[in-house]
Amino acid sequence: MTAMEQPVSGTRPGNGWRRVLRDRPLVPLLILLLVLITVLQVAQPGIVSVDWVSSTIRFAIPLAILAAAQTLTMLTAGIDLSVAAIASMSAYIIATQSPEQGPLVAVLIALAACAVAGLVNGIGVGVFRVHPLIMTLGMSLVVLGLVTVYQRIMVSAGSRVPEAIAWLGGGTSLGGVPNSLLIFVPLATLILVGLRRSGFGRLLYAVGDNEVASRLAGVRIWQVLTVLYVLSGLMAGLAGLVLAGLTNAASATLADRYLLPSVAAAVIGGTSIFGGRGGYAGTIVGALILTVLTTLLTVLSMPEPVRQILFGLIILAVAAAYTRITEES
Amino acid sequence: MSAAAPAVSGNGAGIADALRRFVRRDTWFVALLALLVALLVVTKLIRPNYGSFDLGSLAIAALPVALAAVAQAIVVISGGIDLSIGSMMALTSVTAARLMQDSSDPMAIVVVIGVLLIGLLLGLINGALVVASRVPDIVVTLAMSYVWAGVALLVLGTPGGGAADWFKDLSRGSLLIEWIPKALVLLLVVVAVVWIPLARSRLGLSIFAIGSNRLAAFRSGVDVARTRIAAYALTGLLAATGGLALTMTTGIGTPIPGPYTLLSVAAIVLGGVSLAGGRGGMIGPIVAVFVLALIRADLTFLGVDPNFTTVLQGVIMVVVVMIGAFLTLRRRSA
Repeated sequence: MTAMEQPVSGTRPGNGWRRVLRDRPLVPLLILLLVLITVLQVAQPGIVSVDWVSSTIRFAIPLAILAAAQTLTMLTAGIDLSVAAIASMSAYIIATQSPEQGPLVAVLIALAACAVAGLVNGIGVGVFRVHPLIMTLGMSLVVLGLVTVYQRIMVSAGSRVPEAIAWLGGGTSLGGVPNSLLIFVPLATLILVGLRRSGFGRLLYAVGDNEVASRLAGVRIWQVLTVLYVLSGLMAGLAGLVLAGLTNAASATLADRYLLPSVAAAVIGGTSIFGGRGGYAGTIVGALILTVLTTLLTVLSMPEPVRQILFGLIILAVAAAYTRITEES
Repeated sequence: MSAAAPAVSGNGAGIADALRRFVRRDTWFVALLALLVALLVVTKLIRPNYGSFDLGSLAIAALPVALAAVAQAIVVISGGIDLSIGSMMALTSVTAARLMQDSSDPMAIVVVIGVLLIGLLLGLINGALVVASRVPDIVVTLAMSYVWAGVALLVLGTPGGGAADWFKDLSRGSLLIEWIPKALVLLLVVVAVVWIPLARSRLGLSIFAIGSNRLAAFRSGVDVARTRIAAYALTGLLAATGGLALTMTTGIGTPIPGPYTLLSVAAIVLGGVSLAGGRGGMIGPIVAVFVLALIRADLTFLGVDPNFTTVLQGVIMVVVVMIGAFLTLRRRSA
C-alpha cells in the first residue's frame, strides 16, 4: 500500500495518530466501514446478520473487480471508462452463447472479446499515445454499439443466464459463503501480491510515478500499457460474468451503473488518479464501503434523489478527508 | 485555437501572409473546418434535396451539445475538467421548465436570468469544492454529478414543465434568409457574449496561464485559486445556457442527465483543446460538434443501422485523436 512505498521521514514532528493514519491508510477506511455498519445496525436493529454479510459481499464483488481494473489503470495515471461497456458485453455474450455452446465455451468467447477490446485500448493508449480518457470513452461507444447490433441479430435466439453462472455469481454454499469468492479471492490475491512482488506490478507504479524516468531507465512503456489494458478488459469481463450470475439477467447496459462507483471505490480507497500511488487493498474496502452505504441509504428509506445527493456528498467528503490525512504536508 | 489566439497582429504583413501564418499555426482547426465543408458536400451529394430545413434541424440538435462543449472547454483550458456538466444541464433545464410552466411572458425573462445565475452558482460551488478539498477535479465533479442529478430529480420528478412561446421561438426557424438557422445564430451570440470579453480580459489570460503552467502563473502573480473557481463558475454559467437550450428545444425539462458530459469531452478534444490545459478555444469545439452531428445525420441518410453510428462515432473520435497525437509527435521530432 501507499505509505509503505513512500519514504516517510519519520523524524518529522507531528501528532502521533496522524502519522499512524498516514502510514496505514487502510485503518481510517476500516474504521469508516465499521461506523457505517454500526449506523446501519442502529437504524434498523437486527439487519446485520450472516445473511446480510453474505449478500453485501456478493454485491460488492462485481464492483470490486471493476474497481480493480480502475485501480491498476489509475496507478499508471490512466483510467478505464470502458469497463462498464465491456462487462455488459461479457454478460450478454455469455447469456446468448451458452444455450448453443455450453457455459464454458461461452465464457471463453466472452473473455476473448473482452481481451480484444482491452488490446485495442492498450494499443491506442500505449502505442498511439491517445489520452486514456478519450481512448476508453471511444471504446465504450464502440463496444456499446457493437453489442446493440449483436443484440438485434441474436434477438431470436434469446438469452438465458446458464445455471452454472448463476450459481457462481449469485449462489452461496456452506450456509452463506458466496460462491463468487471462488473468482474473487484468487483474483484479489493475484493483484495484491502481483502489485507488490512482481516486476510488472512495480512497473505500473514506476510508469505512473514518472513516465520519463522509467522510459530512460529502459522500461518499454507501450508494452506495459498494452498488457495493462488487456488485463483491465479481462477483469471487466470477469465482473460481467459475476454480475450476470448475480442479477440473472444480461443486457447491453447491465453494468453501466457500476462505472462511476468503480472510479469512486478506487479513489476513496486511496489510489491517486495522477498515478504512482495507491493499491488494491484500499479499493476492496472502498467497494465494501460504497455497497454498505447504498444499503444504508436504502434502509433509511430515503427517496431516490436524496440518496443520490448523499451518495455524491459522502464520496466527496471521504475523498477530501483521505487527501488531508495522507497528504505529505 | 484560432478564436483564443489574441488577434493576430498582422500590421504590415499582407493578408496572404497572415492567412499562411493562420494555416500554419492552426493546422488542426483548418483541417477540422475542411472536414466540415467536405461533410457538407458529401451530405448534399447523398441527399440532393438537403435543404435549409435540414440545416435548421441540424443546428437545433447541435445547440445543447455545442453549449456543453463550450462549457467544458473553459474549465479544461484552465487545467481542470468538469464531469458534472450533464447533471448541471439537467438541473437548470428542469428548473427553467418548472418555473416557466405557469408564468407570463415577462416573468419568463426573469426565469431565464435566474436560471443563468443558478448555473453560475452551481459552477462556483464546484470550483470552491475543487479548490478547498484538494481532491482531483475529476473526482470532485464526478461526485457532484450525483448531487446535481439528485437535486434535478427533487425539482421535477418526471419529465414535464413547460416553456414560454417566445422562448421556444428563439431557436426555431431562421433569421433573415432561410439558410441561417436561428439556433446557430443564438449559439454564436451566446458564445460571443461570454468568450470575446473573457479572451480580452485579465481573467481570460489568467485562465490560460494556470492551465499551461500553474506554478509559473502563481509566481507571476496570478491568484490561482480564485481563477480556478472563476473558470468553474463560467462553466456552470455556460452549462446553464445548455440547460436552457434543452428546455427551449424540447419545450419541457427532463431530470435524467443526457450524454452531454461525455459528448462535451469528445467535442473539445476533437476541437483542439488540450486535456492537459492551457490550449484551445471556443470555435474548434463548436465546429467539432457540427462535424459529429453531420456524420450522424449522413449515416442516417445512408440507412446505416443507428447502432453502427454509435460504433463509428467512437471510432472516429479515437482515430482523429490518434492522428492528432501522431502529428504532434512528428512535429516535435522534426
